[in-house]
Amino acid sequence: MYVYDEIDQKMVDERVAQYRDQTNRFLAGELPADEFQHLRLRNGLYIQRLAPMLRIAVPYGMLSSKQLRKLAHITRKYDRGYAHLTTRQNIQLNWPQLEEVPDILEELASVEMHAIQTSGNCIRNITSDQFAGVAVDEIEDSRPWAEIIRQWSTFHPEFNWLPRKFKIAVTGAEKDRAAVQVHDIGVRISCDAGVTKFEILVGGGLGRTPVIGPVIKQGLDPKHLLTYLEAILRVYNRYGRRDNKYKARIKILVRAMTPEVFAEKVEKEWNSIKDGEATLTQSEIDRVKGHFTVPQYEELEDPVPDIDDRITDNSGFSDWLQQNVKSHKKAGYSIVNLALKATGIPPGDVTDEQLELIADLADKFSFGEVRITHEQNVTLADVPKRDLHSLWLSLVDAELASPNLGLLTDIICCPGGDYCSLANAKSIPVAEAIQRKFDDLDYLHDLGELDLNISGCMNACGHHHVGNIGILGVDKKGQEFYQVSIGGSGYEDATLAKILGPSFAQNEIPEVVQKLVDVHLKNRQGEERFIDTFRRIGIEPFKKSVYAS
Amino acid sequence: MSQLIVDGKVTTTDDREILTLEEFLVSSDKSTGVWLDAHEEVETLSDFIGKIPVIALNFPTFADGRAYSSANLLRRHYGFEGELRAIGDVRIDQFEQMARCGFNAFELADGQNAQRAIERMQGFAISYQLTIDRSPLFRQR
Repeated sequence: MYVYDEIDQKMVDERVAQYRDQTNRFLAGELPADEFQHLRLRNGLYIQRLAPMLRIAVPYGMLSSKQLRKLAHITRKYDRGYAHLTTRQNIQLNWPQLEEVPDILEELASVEMHAIQTSGNCIRNITSDQFAGVAVDEIEDSRPWAEIIRQWSTFHPEFNWLPRKFKIAVTGAEKDRAAVQVHDIGVRISCDAGVTKFEILVGGGLGRTPVIGPVIKQGLDPKHLLTYLEAILRVYNRYGRRDNKYKARIKILVRAMTPEVFAEKVEKEWNSIKDGEATLTQSEIDRVKGHFTVPQYEELEDPVPDIDDRITDNSGFSDWLQQNVKSHKKAGYSIVNLALKATGIPPGDVTDEQLELIADLADKFSFGEVRITHEQNVTLADVPKRDLHSLWLSLVDAELASPNLGLLTDIICCPGGDYCSLANAKSIPVAEAIQRKFDDLDYLHDLGELDLNISGCMNACGHHHVGNIGILGVDKKGQEFYQVSIGGSGYEDATLAKILGPSFAQNEIPEVVQKLVDVHLKNRQGEERFIDTFRRIGIEPFKKSVYAS
Repeated sequence: MSQLIVDGKVTTTDDREILTLEEFLVSSDKSTGVWLDAHEEVETLSDFIGKIPVIALNFPTFADGRAYSSANLLRRHYGFEGELRAIGDVRIDQFEQMARCGFNAFELADGQNAQRAIERMQGFAISYQLTIDRSPLFRQR
């Protein structure tokens, strides 16, 4: 993974000092609250329903075991012993004290971490594919490009006060695990006769106005990546709406101008800066790529009889192997996924002890590194197949072995009304009620892949628009209700879910989900997934079943 | 009178004439100063760049970032070498960003401390990206 040099370290150290000064001036009454709000947001500090919330940046989800241990320490010393993994591969603390945030940042900086630009109307954390570097379907490792964009966007003086927040995702594989079509900018790496090129999507997004982002540039030479991004951001910064925050995202501008006209404007701007000093150098590309080299893999036998023979033996281990362990591009290795979706625990929550255990397991089995996924899970990317059983035993002891990755109960869920001051409704209890109803693992496996996503308001942090089943909390005359959509997908076949009909009370939701999956089970052909059944038979049979009196 | 900082020094004397864009465009004299509001496009000045001694760019609020792009375009695209002045809601915590985009003069909003503003202009020791006064860091690594 990327390791700071003294310059990167100096940047985060200087940022801690700058933020400490801002906090002190606020506490001394020298900095007005309205101004401090913007400044603290650019450092990930929200004031939430019950307490401040600090969002810590995890660039493209990569963490070392040392960083995990530091996070565990921080949750113990400054918070309540747990952290929350977000849908943008970041980590949130729910109970920090505003006065102590500079100290938390100082601790983070000591392990090459920070909270820079994790909120506010600026360029946010760059996200990517959690299987980057190890995926079987990979074209090129996306992480070096994500890191190059991270550095370019960090404290960019021109783009710190955009009309609205700005999210960039990068993917370099056939399967899109980074949801690039629903980002402000999506970067797709392609390979043209052995030469790396980029395809640039712009103006996708979820929130109030969900949009699948159109492609505005194909065949972009990698050395022009930053100047092209600069051109997009400049057009957006100048012409994006600032009169209405609900119409301020770049997707609204792209739609108003049309993607063609927007692309022309960007092209014109780009032509004036292209080949200038901001053009990437090969030595920089090589320098950053040098941080993402292949680890010291052993040459291991594959298949491994003790493991491969057990995949179908109907044990708890085999359930986990089938569902949570994915193929690795290196023979003898596997990608292991920890689904942080145990029933009764808010999706994505992880305790200090679990963080430390994950760190130990990463050291023991996976070269000391982990990745956070946008599905709020954790990936150990480089586990020797021969070690899978002993790893699984350790995970079982720590309640980290839920064998439900990608299944109905692997719910993406925002913190909702329990924590978030923006929420219209709670989301965590809805997730829990669904998990309680669907507690039969064999049934879930039979049901197959199914993404169920819950957001507590239309800001859509729980990605409900791209869930196969999406649940949105809405406020109706002071009462919490839930609108259900179906048929969404957040992958390379990205689709926005369609609203089923009138919304439901909270206690009705598990039964509604049951009716939806019943329609799927009744109609599916062979091993068809829920989404495929939906695409084949349409929304009507689902509507009919759910709203039948 | 507002506090004005020009090239790192505090001054309150400034008697140069600064017209609105509308006034400037109809004026026969193009050697006056002009100020643009955040939505007004720098492209309208393209024919007169070499003659204008001072261009002021307005920040309607400190959270409105359009003038940063205008400043970059004036300096980098049009090669404007005169005084580039930030006016409006100009606060010290944005000083570094303004300086890196090419502003060299600042008319401070009420209540801002000029001395602290000057201290803040240096800001971070390095910049990752191309700015008006710095090459991208990757060209030095």
